[in-house]
Amino acid sequence: MAPGTPPASVVIVGAGQGGFQTAASLREYGHTGRITLISAEDALPYERPPLSKAFLKDDTYLEGGAPLWLRPATYYVRQDIDLVAGTVTALDRAARTVRLADGSAYAYDHLVLATGARPRTLGVPGSGLRGVHTLRTARDAAALRQSLGAARRAVVVGAGFIGLEFASVARESGCEVTVVEACDRPLARAASARTAAYFARLHRDAGTRLLCGHGVAAVHGNGRGGVSEVELTDGRPLPADLVLTGVGVTPNTELAAAAGLVVDGGIAVDSRLLTDDPRISAVGDCAAFPQVRSGNRLRLESVQNAVGHARLVAERLTGAPSSRTYDELPWFWSDQFSTTLRIAGVDERHDAEVVLGEGPDAFSVLLFDGDELSAVESVNRTGDHLAARRLLSERVPLGPGEASAPGFTLKKHLAARRRGAAVPFD
Amino acid sequence: MPKITYVSVDETARTIEVPVGTSVMRGAVFNDVDGIVAQCGGNAQCATCHVYVDEASADRLDAARPDEDHMLDFTASPRRDTSRLSCQLTVTEDLDGLIVHLPERQN
Repeated sequence: MAPGTPPASVVIVGAGQGGFQTAASLREYGHTGRITLISAEDALPYERPPLSKAFLKDDTYLEGGAPLWLRPATYYVRQDIDLVAGTVTALDRAARTVRLADGSAYAYDHLVLATGARPRTLGVPGSGLRGVHTLRTARDAAALRQSLGAARRAVVVGAGFIGLEFASVARESGCEVTVVEACDRPLARAASARTAAYFARLHRDAGTRLLCGHGVAAVHGNGRGGVSEVELTDGRPLPADLVLTGVGVTPNTELAAAAGLVVDGGIAVDSRLLTDDPRISAVGDCAAFPQVRSGNRLRLESVQNAVGHARLVAERLTGAPSSRTYDELPWFWSDQFSTTLRIAGVDERHDAEVVLGEGPDAFSVLLFDGDELSAVESVNRTGDHLAARRLLSERVPLGPGEASAPGFTLKKHLAARRRGAAVPFD
Repeated sequence: MPKITYVSVDETARTIEVPVGTSVMRGAVFNDVDGIVAQCGGNAQCATCHVYVDEASADRLDAARPDEDHMLDFTASPRRDTSRLSCQLTVTEDLDGLIVHLPERQN
């Protein structure tokens, strides 16, 4: 294959949002060669965000309890995307093939690793008891929903997005809920202390017990294989008939590592999402890619990130100029009770913050790294979030002094900038 | 079951029976209607399930809530008076016969 020639055959390992989107975008951008999308789950690719939210509480959300397919089966036929169920066990870079557990093998001209991540487990005695859940797949969510229907006391380990989203659903369904977090506050990795404090109050006001700075020593059973109690490291017992652990994920890098690819907190890729093998790309949750602002390699877990990665790879493989580097603005959201947190940008470090908004339940926290806006966290302020997405992705200058001026709003700032540039606010 | 008609940019129309309680967005995605991306899965986060509700159908719909209204300022194709996010349009018997036009671009 000469440089710049579109690959005849693309194999995609992993059919989550990133893998699916790679296949879909390849066809959309005109790829005519073979596309093989290998899914470790024997199911059509589906949406994941609702699994920790609406799926858990609303039977009508997904007809017949089926997961939310990204596209129906006819789509894959129509687009000539070969959807294969199986687990890839080996990658032979010299022969350019992947081999599945059932012995079948697929040859590639280009390989896209979209292997995702898996939940970390507690690794304490009793973690395997019935009633102890993690949440990643539709199957996980279905099991969790079933447990929740009969649960009275839920213990959630980990106060990140997954843990807190589940805690809100469990509380709303009438459970007594205790959230145990090892750090001294919730959302320690995901949001600023100010925003975290708001969510801590939101959950406590709803009657949830939030225990920060605590670890779990063991999970105890009821003698019938089910869970009955979570024991904290200080010995305190927390009675429970349902436990959800949301303590982060481990990227699925084993296949890449075994094939000798560089792994650095994720499958290491450059700003074009290529691994150190020019015939292998990596996208989504498994990929550690360089940040535009800091140059640091980061791994992000979000729909936006997976879709953005996938599109760039598909663009590159279908012959678009290969110089484009990945510089999309990351954004995230989380629904808890009736509150929505939206985050634009990644806060790697900040030394100043400005809060916008009058009411206690609707505000935005602007985080600044020096004189540069780095991220905006919006609680029930959709307009701020959207303006922030534009401001950050277009790198509109904004410092903390300017943002602190009376009457300042992100929308006005964006509009003023655009009047100068004659760009419509579309 | 209510029937929803999706009209693409090239005026091709597809009429689909969509169950009550689901959304106009999901009716399209589950039935492989091109032109609805629905990147966020119907959570009013991405504005990639934008539709223009046909003038004849517009008065059947409740007004957009603030979240949707803000998000409609963020669509890839221009917002019009009849713009809605199809993920926020819950299908009811009253919506039988709803016609929506798909925009040129979603992202």
